[in-house]
Amino acid sequence: MTREKTFTLVKSYKPFHSKFDPCPPIGRKYYRTPPNLYINFQPPNMEQFTPEEALKYGTLWKFFYDFYDNPYRERET
Amino acid sequence: MWVYEKKLQYPVKVRDCNPRLAKYLIEQYGGADGELAAALRYLNQRYTIPEKVIGLLTDIGTEEFAHLEMIATMIYKLTKDATPQQMAAAGLGDHYVNHDSALYYHDAAGNPWTATYIQAKGDPIADLYEDIAAEEKARATYQWLIDISDDPDINDSLRFLREREIVHSMRFREAVEILKEEKGKKKFF
Repeated sequence: MTREKTFTLVKSYKPFHSKFDPCPPIGRKYYRTPPNLYINFQPPNMEQFTPEEALKYGTLWKFFYDFYDNPYRERET
Repeated sequence: MWVYEKKLQYPVKVRDCNPRLAKYLIEQYGGADGELAAALRYLNQRYTIPEKVIGLLTDIGTEEFAHLEMIATMIYKLTKDATPQQMAAAGLGDHYVNHDSALYYHDAAGNPWTATYIQAKGDPIADLYEDIAAEEKARATYQWLIDISDDPDINDSLRFLREREIVHSMRFREAVEILKEEKGKKKFF
């Protein structure tokens, strides 16, 4: 069973920045909304990775795979 | 800043002189799932939660202080005229030698309140899920308190507080839904 991801896994917003805030604005602030939020109970027969892929990704099910990386990396320089 | 109203959110009436019930009610005063922990948890998490739900955490955190006042009033009324001997007989001898009849932030077993009861993870979903769990745990505590108490007036106030936990849990679940919403997507109800 193929399940289309009809949602985004990252959301962002721009926190208010006052002219009295000492640090330069971070710009956008990011938060994660992982796939498990969008499903109440795991239905049977979901699409699976191959065993080799599953070992690498940490999940057997494509729907629940959610790669994470630092969203602020650009600012580190 | 807060505006204070010199009255309780819901009336507190005590029928019986029953210091032992005060010992149990302390759980909701300075316990892990008590009103103090709830108020401090929400009023601290609110700073770093997305702006759409800051107001919700501020409102609920404020209401938790109103609940803390109600619990404090119950405990105070149940113990204020108790003699040291009555306190000891009610299992409050340890409390008496340290605090007289003053209230203190500890749980029913005497463990002092600690900040390790609460968390601010910074991840909005993790924080809101903790808040939902905290409300359900507080609801359960009120159930067990109602079970163990035979004071109908106290139980009336406890039932009100239990119902508020249910409402707060629903509001926190809505906050999760708000944070899940996609930008620019039409909402259909």
